[in-house]
This record gives sequence, structure tokens and C-alpha cells, in this order.
Amino acid sequence: MGSTNSTLSKIPNVEELMQETGFTPAHIVRLYDRFEALDKEKTGHLRPQDFGAINRLAMNPIGDRIIGAFFSPGQETVDFHSFVRILAHFRPADKKRPKDPSMPEPVNSRTSKLKFAFQLYDQDKDGKISRAELLQVLRSMLEMQVTEEQLESIADRTIQEADLDKDDAISFEEFRKSLEKVNIDHKMSIRFLR
Amino acid sequence: MGPFLDFNPFDNLLCILLGISFTVWFTLLLVFIIVPAIFGVSFGIRRLYMKTLLKIFEWATHRIERGAKDNNHLLYKPYSNAIIAKEPTSLEEEINEIRRRGSNRDLDSASEFEMSDIFYFCRRGVESIMDDEVTKRFSAEELESWNLLTRSNYNFQHISLRLTVLWGLGVVIRYGFLLPLRMKNFLSEQVHLMCYRICVRALTAIITYHDSENKPKNGGICVANHTSPIDVIILASDGCYAMVGQIHGGLMGVIQKSMVKACPHIWFERSEVKDRHLVAKRLSDHVEDTTKLPILIFPEGTCINNTSVMMFKKGSFEIGSTVYPVAIKYDPRFGDAFWNSSQFGMVNYLLRMMSSWAIVCSVWYLPPMTREEGEDAVKFASRVKAAIARQGGLVDLLWDGGLKRGKVKDTFKEEQQKLYSKMLVGTQEDRSRS
Repeated sequence: MGSTNSTLSKIPNVEELMQETGFTPAHIVRLYDRFEALDKEKTGHLRPQDFGAINRLAMNPIGDRIIGAFFSPGQETVDFHSFVRILAHFRPADKKRPKDPSMPEPVNSRTSKLKFAFQLYDQDKDGKISRAELLQVLRSMLEMQVTEEQLESIADRTIQEADLDKDDAISFEEFRKSLEKVNIDHKMSIRFLR
Repeated sequence: MGPFLDFNPFDNLLCILLGISFTVWFTLLLVFIIVPAIFGVSFGIRRLYMKTLLKIFEWATHRIERGAKDNNHLLYKPYSNAIIAKEPTSLEEEINEIRRRGSNRDLDSASEFEMSDIFYFCRRGVESIMDDEVTKRFSAEELESWNLLTRSNYNFQHISLRLTVLWGLGVVIRYGFLLPLRMKNFLSEQVHLMCYRICVRALTAIITYHDSENKPKNGGICVANHTSPIDVIILASDGCYAMVGQIHGGLMGVIQKSMVKACPHIWFERSEVKDRHLVAKRLSDHVEDTTKLPILIFPEGTCINNTSVMMFKKGSFEIGSTVYPVAIKYDPRFGDAFWNSSQFGMVNYLLRMMSSWAIVCSVWYLPPMTREEGEDAVKFASRVKAAIARQGGLVDLLWDGGLKRGKVKDTFKEEQQKLYSKMLVGTQEDRSRS
């Protein structure tokens, strides 16, 4: 493994990556080691099966959806850059950053985190969470433990509360509004050690 | 004639020196290792050796750190091998916290599905992508101080001439001196205990036995946590056991066959191992005969890297005799005893073992335990495992050692779902009743 610098030099465009995601060199190195550990066949890319080998993830009711979030539509592999970009969503927000509307939204802002969570629900990416999609998520989280009727009633109630324009689906704005008071930064952030 | 005269005395001198040093070396070998092993006497030299080694390691680490600071390199700090800080809160706690903060309604009707519940699962999922406990368990423990073995060190670079010389000297000593010594010793076939004691000294194993009054007696089963094949040598040098195990091919197989001649052991073919009834019958037959030696079993089934105790397989606990738990903990500063069987072969591993500085470990004999009324084998196994983990200061993990090779069972996913649904549906039922 060697020192940080020698690992960093192995990664192409690492400066740009750090700029974009805000990770420090030490973080990038650790993530790179993790990437290599997951990439058992040393292809330089990760496939869904490599994620599937993580036992704790297989145990997670929405594990498949999370894995799906790493792969853009039509893509079957994930390279290190994309891997890091997705994980960057979970970096704690930079409190000191001034709100500059001309700059692009940083990848770990509240809105970006919300968008990430939204896409876990909205699998067909049409910008709305339909009743069917909501039911699917509920089913994954609850499987055999509740009856179909109970699932439907939960879905109905949720849509009733969040759907403001009454189109029987939850758009991103409605999603955001219903989670106004939740401390997203705290709940969707992973603290890195050093 | 001149030049010839110059060379001759030198040659002779060299030969004489070599001869003398060889003889001295051999005598030392005899006196300090074999004779005491026969009589079970220790010279205390090994403890001194250990203390000196520790001092040298500390100095070496300081040099590396200083060197790295001077060169402005970022050191890969090995002791904190976690990437992220994981919060140890449970599903219920976290979801309730999310809801309490974000709910627009009062607390009474708060325990129902919320869109924000997904955050908990999402974060946990990504945490496991970044840093996985089980995978960590299976990679060799990283060390805080460098013990002059490059295999434990990831920062090895040319820091200073002195350090390199020391390392070079270390290599010479280990491969030229300690290794041949141990090779010879390791292959000797003698009386059971003496044989193992020599091995123990050969590996420069400094073993501290605690609570010897609880040593396993005949007709019982001795159960221990498993880190490496050396565990067997360590336990067997302090008492006679009947081994149970799978027949290995190669070097290990030869050793096993020779051991059987000395004591009645129980060896199985790998296919027989799958037949649990056969195994259980043979074990219980052996145990019922109280003249036979206690059986030594490692229930974990695979080598763990000595920081945790994984789930004990229940087979050995079904037999119903007294179980004598033993906790073995290695000190990783002197040589990593962990064997990742899917990464190294046996000979490779032995080579590494024998060329380490020393093996230092502690063995605790715990008081005997028996299965209580109404306790099933699984619960009993967990109880024993918890006792061993507590004693050895190891982390008690729920994971099955077989995870290293297989996939997680669906029952775990169901557990998560059950927990979550209990939160939602449980309270719905309450409401419909009121």
C-alpha cells in the first residue's frame, strides 16, 4: 500500500475528483483501498455482484435499491470516480460554505441528499413517486410481516398527507416539503474518521 | 610466492572461525533448547528476549514516524482501520428520533410509516458499502508499532540507514538462525508432551497459562476459540488431548498420522464431516469412556483473526458432557498468528510463523460448564462463546464463521424486516383496539 502519495498517484484525475467531492486525500486513499477490496477480480470496475458480496448490505431491506443507485441507467459497471461521487452525497455538509447561487450545488448539500433519497423511491425516474412505487418500497421494508391490506392503507395515508396537488403521486417538491423539519444532514451523513 | 602467502592465513582463519561458530551454535542449541525442554525447565531467556524486542520495535516505530514527518509523507495509520464512525444506535431508536424531529403531528400517532424512515436503511446500507465489519474481521490485524516484519507494515520505505541495517540484521537472524533451528526442531518425533514442548520453544512461544486448576479432565470436551493451527500445539503442550479434526493432505496429514500413533485421536474425512450423526456418535462414544483423554474441539470452523469470537457451531454442544472452555489470545505485536486459509497455503503459513520473532499468547482455562435444563444446544453454545470472548477480551460477534466462504442467510434480512414492522404494525393494532 505504501504512503498516501503513492496511492494517490495511481488514481487518474484525482485532483478533479477531490475538488468535485470535497474528500481529503486521506479519505480518497481509504475509499480506494475499499474499492480494491470489493473489486475481487481486479478489473478496475465494480459490478452489482461485487456489492452483493457485502453481507450487511444483503441484509438491508433496500439493499438492492442502494446498489442500483450506483449504476446509471444502462451501465453495468461502476468505476472508481463514480463510486466516490455517489459516496460523496454522504459527506457531512460544509457549514462554513457561503451560499453562492452562481456555483453548482455541492454534492453533499441538503438538496442533493434529498434527491438521492428520492431516487431510491422513484425507480422509473419520472420525477414522481407513484402509489405503486411507494407500495414497492413498503413491501421491501416489510415483506412477510404485514398483510397486503395493511401495506395499502399505509401507502394511502402517506400519499394523502404528502400529496398537495392531488395527482396521486409525490413529486420532489412535495417530498422535500414533507421532510422540512427532518435534520437531513444528520441522518444522511456518514462521519469519516480524520 | 608473495600473494599466496597473503591469502593462506586468511583462508585458514576463516575456516577456523566458521568451524568454531558452528560448534558453539550447535552446543547452544542443545543446551538451551533441547535439554530444558526435556525437563520442562525454563531459563527465562525468552522473557528477556521479548523485552528487548519490544524496546527495539518502539525505537523503530519512532524512527519511521519521525522520518515520515520530515519527508512530509502521510502515514497510513494502521491501528484505526475503520474508515467511518459508525453509530451504535438501534433501528428503533434512530427511526423514532428521525420522526420525533420531523413530524408535523403530535407524538401519539407518530409511530407510523414516514417517508423519512428510509433514511435509516439508506445510511446503514451505504455505511456497509464503505466499511464492512465482517470483511475487516478477516484481514490480518494491523499493528500500531512496526515489528520489523515488512509483512505487517505498509509504510516500509528507506527512512534511515540505521533502520535498514537493523532490518537487514533482523532478516539475517530470522532466516539464518531462527528458521533452521525451528525446522529441525519442528520435525522431530518424540514422546507426546516433550515433542510439543520443543515445538513451543522452537517457535519461541511465550505462553502464559492462567487458572490451571480448571484444566480439562478425562471424559470432557475442551472447547477453544481458533486462530491458527498453532492453537493445537499451544494447548497440547500443557496437557494431553484427543484431537478431532479433518484429515488434511500434505504436510499436515503426515503430522496427523504420526500423532495418531501416540494417542487415540479422532480424524474424519471431509465427506464424513457432513454426516453430523456419524460425527456426533463417534464423539459421544469417546466421551463416555472416562479413561479416554478429553476431546479438543474448535467449534468456530475457520480461522478468525484473533480479535473476535464468531458464532460457535452447535454440533459439539449437543453431545451433553461437561464442556471446558478455553480462551486463547495472541499478542499481535510479535507475529501475526492468523491464517487466512483462502489466501495462504499451509506451508507458506508455517514459513511465516517460523520466521516471526516470537509467538506470545495467553491461555485462560475457564471453569467447566454444562448444558442446563431446557437450554438448547444453540443457547448453550452462545453462552460458552460469550464466556470465552469475555475472558479473552475479544469481541463477541454474532456472525457465522462460514460467512467468509458463503452468503448471508435470508433469516437476517427477515430479522430487520420483523423489527421494523413491529414498530409500525404493533402500534396500528393498539390504535384499532382503542
